[in-house]
Amino acid sequence: MRWQLARLVDAHPETATARTLTLELDSWPGALPGQHVDLRLTAEDGYSTQRSYSLAEVGDSGRVRLTIQRLADGEVSPFLADELAIGDEIELRGPVGGWFVWDPADTDPVLLVAGGSGVVPLMAMLRARRSSDSKAPFRLVYSVRQQADVYYAEELGEIAATGRDVETVIVYSRVAPPGIARSAQRVMAADLQAPGWEAGNGPRCYVCGSTGFVESVTQALVHLGHDPQRIRTERFGPSGG
Amino acid sequence: MVTTPHDPGSAHLDGNVLAGPLRELFAVDMTSARTECVGCGQRAAVAELETYLGGPGVVARCPGCHAAVLRYVRTPSTAYLDLRGTLTMTVPMPAGGAES
Amino acid sequence: MAITRGFRGRRLDADVELPPGQYLTQDFPVLSAGPTPRIDRDSWEFTITTEAGATHSWAWQQLLALPQDKPTVDIHCVTKWSKLGTAWQGVSLDVLLEQVESTADYALVHSHGGYTTNLPVQDLLDGQAWLVHQYDGEDLPPEHGGPVRLLVPHLYLWKSAKWVNGIQLLEQDEPGFWETLGYHEYGDPWREQRYAGD
Repeated sequence: MRWQLARLVDAHPETATARTLTLELDSWPGALPGQHVDLRLTAEDGYSTQRSYSLAEVGDSGRVRLTIQRLADGEVSPFLADELAIGDEIELRGPVGGWFVWDPADTDPVLLVAGGSGVVPLMAMLRARRSSDSKAPFRLVYSVRQQADVYYAEELGEIAATGRDVETVIVYSRVAPPGIARSAQRVMAADLQAPGWEAGNGPRCYVCGSTGFVESVTQALVHLGHDPQRIRTERFGPSGG
Repeated sequence: MVTTPHDPGSAHLDGNVLAGPLRELFAVDMTSARTECVGCGQRAAVAELETYLGGPGVVARCPGCHAAVLRYVRTPSTAYLDLRGTLTMTVPMPAGGAES
Repeated sequence: MAITRGFRGRRLDADVELPPGQYLTQDFPVLSAGPTPRIDRDSWEFTITTEAGATHSWAWQQLLALPQDKPTVDIHCVTKWSKLGTAWQGVSLDVLLEQVESTADYALVHSHGGYTTNLPVQDLLDGQAWLVHQYDGEDLPPEHGGPVRLLVPHLYLWKSAKWVNGIQLLEQDEPGFWETLGYHEYGDPWREQRYAGD
């Protein structure tokens, strides 16, 4: 699989610390939701580094979307979140990955559990469901520290309001907004239980977030009786120095 | 005397991140391939391996016993793939065979 | 590879000469190839095994009782960062190897968790290498290799094995964890010996 040049054609802030990029490609075979791309950045002196980012939208039209969370001490993410300008080109390879993917032809119920920026590939699944004729029941449990950290807030509200058999629930781990009864805490077993997506309903579970988040949620799901074979996980985080 | 708990600093990610590097070598996605650990026999998808990226190369470890089952280094001219920790690898194939 | 307009990476402008391809960092990156072991100082032990099979071991208190050095050195990681003026405390390998009868030319360093790295014995001698247990005036933290790591600052930092627990003296060179996987057998940063064949 070759590297190709992708051109930034649109960018908008998603939150105060994240930006959504729309990249245009000359040749894009389409992708399954959950797949990702690798980006390669090269400085003028030849220094080069690469990173992996999940697709936020699989890009049937030859345009793909990524949402980049700026990591305070990151080498690449501050550049992508702040500096890459419309018209700039960047090397991209993909789509890649075949494990953490949802097939829109699959009719089983789906339970999505996101921690922070881990919502990105799960959003690609929700968007793919909407743009296909899938009737698979979907439920997203999305954990954020506080309201200001929610990605795709408007679109998530719209999906929940208009989609049949789609539920989205946002849970707050640090600060709950006024009017939310649930006290701010990490995702608990009770957050993962809902009629239609119980272990007995045999949903496919997709869990994405930091390593600690993924491990605690996976443990809770197994504890609730979900078949470990039906839990797929993806860990997000800094890739080290 | 030596304990190796999960790093609270979550030093590892998982093998999903190997999709691009391995797709450079193989004709099909290798993150869905199941590995069998030489040390403890546990089977896991490559995507489920505990994957350390920060060092000179990539080290993917068995989620059961933490032994290295796959190591990978890409230099400007050569890819090195060390599978001495893997007994077998079972690779799901797309209908109609591998892509070109 | 296509240049990414405006991308510089993490590099700062250095007004000192660094080995080729390196950039300066102020922080101390933690690079790991596996879980960080928590090793109890009281049960820590370091063993040198000679080519004849003889073993010499030191426990924690014995290490502390040996003459202590306080080297301040520059360190260079093959992942391209360099850090200047790092201050350590530990015991020179000269002191340990003095107690060992050996004519072996090669050393294979072993760590908790199975990590290994190889280097010529000559590079462990003459004030070039230490077993260090303090960094910056504090006990060496586990993420940087504590309680004890090897420090061989004139070679790339993967040779300075964290969580070190032994050295095997060998008549024939035996490649270690990264040396079997494309990294250079010697690893001199000033000659940019990153990969096999460099």
